[in-house]
Amino acid sequence: MKKIALNGAGLLVALFAAFPVYWMISTSLKPSREIFSSTPQPVPTHPTLDHYREILTGNLIPGVSFLDFFLNSALVAVSTVVLSGLVALLAATAVARFRFKLRTSFLIMLLVVQMIPLEALVIPLFLMIQRLGLYNTLPSLILTYLGFSLPFAVWMLRGFVAAVPKELEEAAAIDGASRAQIFRRVLFPLVAPGLVATSIFSFITAWNELIFALTFINDQGSYTLPVAMTFFFGRDDTNWGPVMAASTLFTLPVIIFFLLVQRRMVSGLVAGAVKG
Amino acid sequence: MSAQTKSPETAAARETPVRRRRRVDRLPYLLLLPALLIIGVLLLWPLGQVVVMSFYRLNSVRQLRGDREWPWVGFGNYVDILSDPFFLTVLRNTVLFAAANVLLTMVLGTLVGLLLNRLGRKMATFVASCVMLAWATPALTGTIVWKWIFDDTSGLVTWLFNALPDGLSNSLFGRSDWTGYGWFNSPLLFFAILTLVVVWHSFPFIAVSVLAGLKSVPSELHEAARVDGASPWRVFWKITFPLLRPVFGILIVLSTIWDFKVFTQQFVLAGGTQDRPTFMLAIYSYAEAFSPPPKYGLGAAIAVILTLILLVVTGFYVRMVLRQEDES
Repeated sequence: MKKIALNGAGLLVALFAAFPVYWMISTSLKPSREIFSSTPQPVPTHPTLDHYREILTGNLIPGVSFLDFFLNSALVAVSTVVLSGLVALLAATAVARFRFKLRTSFLIMLLVVQMIPLEALVIPLFLMIQRLGLYNTLPSLILTYLGFSLPFAVWMLRGFVAAVPKELEEAAAIDGASRAQIFRRVLFPLVAPGLVATSIFSFITAWNELIFALTFINDQGSYTLPVAMTFFFGRDDTNWGPVMAASTLFTLPVIIFFLLVQRRMVSGLVAGAVKG
Repeated sequence: MSAQTKSPETAAARETPVRRRRRVDRLPYLLLLPALLIIGVLLLWPLGQVVVMSFYRLNSVRQLRGDREWPWVGFGNYVDILSDPFFLTVLRNTVLFAAANVLLTMVLGTLVGLLLNRLGRKMATFVASCVMLAWATPALTGTIVWKWIFDDTSGLVTWLFNALPDGLSNSLFGRSDWTGYGWFNSPLLFFAILTLVVVWHSFPFIAVSVLAGLKSVPSELHEAARVDGASPWRVFWKITFPLLRPVFGILIVLSTIWDFKVFTQQFVLAGGTQDRPTFMLAIYSYAEAFSPPPKYGLGAAIAVILTLILLVVTGFYVRMVLRQEDES
């Protein structure tokens, strides 16, 4: 009896959590007359890829298609990932492998800057981007997201670097390897899985971001996907089929990446609290 | 995590040749340099700059580019904001919204965490996977889907209300035809839906963190209490909660910080920055600065107020995390 109640509650929670995602995919596969019918169909009765075909082949504005926005977003996100991963690895090595005067101060700063409300930085960063002449360019976003993703990336990578047994590096040093060689041949391969996990978070940060992209990019051809979606689909009289197809294409990479690394997210954010 | 380099004070370090010692001392700083530069230029400098800007009257992009001078107004922007009755509305919206969302997120998240801990292996995996989906969904697309669910012609909610027996619907709400009903038109309803969206996005993190905490607590304690006949309510408040107090502390602070600066969900749900009665601090700051006519100085002052509020909350957070690091 109790077991049934618990399982029932579990099913309700699962329904509440997963339903919007299901509804997004389901709507994207329905023909328009089914979407706008007065009685909603729980599953697509005549599944079709028409909406996907429409957004992938048509142009949203003359000369610019959904795929172009997708590529803009991918370019920004991948550049952010590479730069942030590289810089974070260096910094994480410093705090995990060395003990120096400002180490604790640096760690505290990492925590504090993660709490800066990024929404409050739109105006001064807009000024900086204007002064640097980067307004309307994708590098303005790469630069911005690099700053946003770096503190968490260092915080997370720190644990991975610390987990590599120091004896391995010492053994390499005894064998005559230089510091650069140790870093490249010993530390880097062992930290690589952690680097992948960290990269995914940087990727999601950059991929999902809306406000800054909305503010720094005025030229429609340089829109990232989130901006394009609010701009073209956020209007009244919405045609939900293509909107849901676009949303699905935008969401799927994030969900796949996210599920690969979600464990790290919890331990990273709650820091030491749940280690027990 | 013992140190590879010895601190300069130790005798061993003093004996090493000067050149080698200096090189070893510098290396960590060199490794940190790029990160420090980036954090300094892209996070700390703008944080200072937003304070500076809040003291000027900045109403054109040309001023930002440095082509025109910046008239100093002292606390003028702050006086303008604080003396405007509208600010009180915004502040009330922000605080009430954050309080309601933190409370609901924490309660739902904790309940789901406790539930996941009690379910059988297969069921727990299934429910946890579904919960992960909500967490993983980007704020943008999650909000767009909810907007579709609340669509005023073919949305699921409109259909559900239409499906109610007319008599019941009439006596409860005074209408039976819901087609064309503007779900987002009244501020209260708008905030209710926004709360639904934000709680949906944020309860998974709480649930998973609470679950992780529960797994680290020896289950014998709970079993013993249950054998002694304690009610689940008592078990939670007398055993679970005290053991997980640090986790709850951090989760509440993090949720507070996140819910104070909700932007994307509101922007998408409201379809931009025109819906002034539902403004909260983050979107208010943005709208003042970037909706024509631009008022960057005023927007900056609002951003500073938001930051100050969050600074206090962050103080709590940092203290908590540092205490945790010390203990573990």
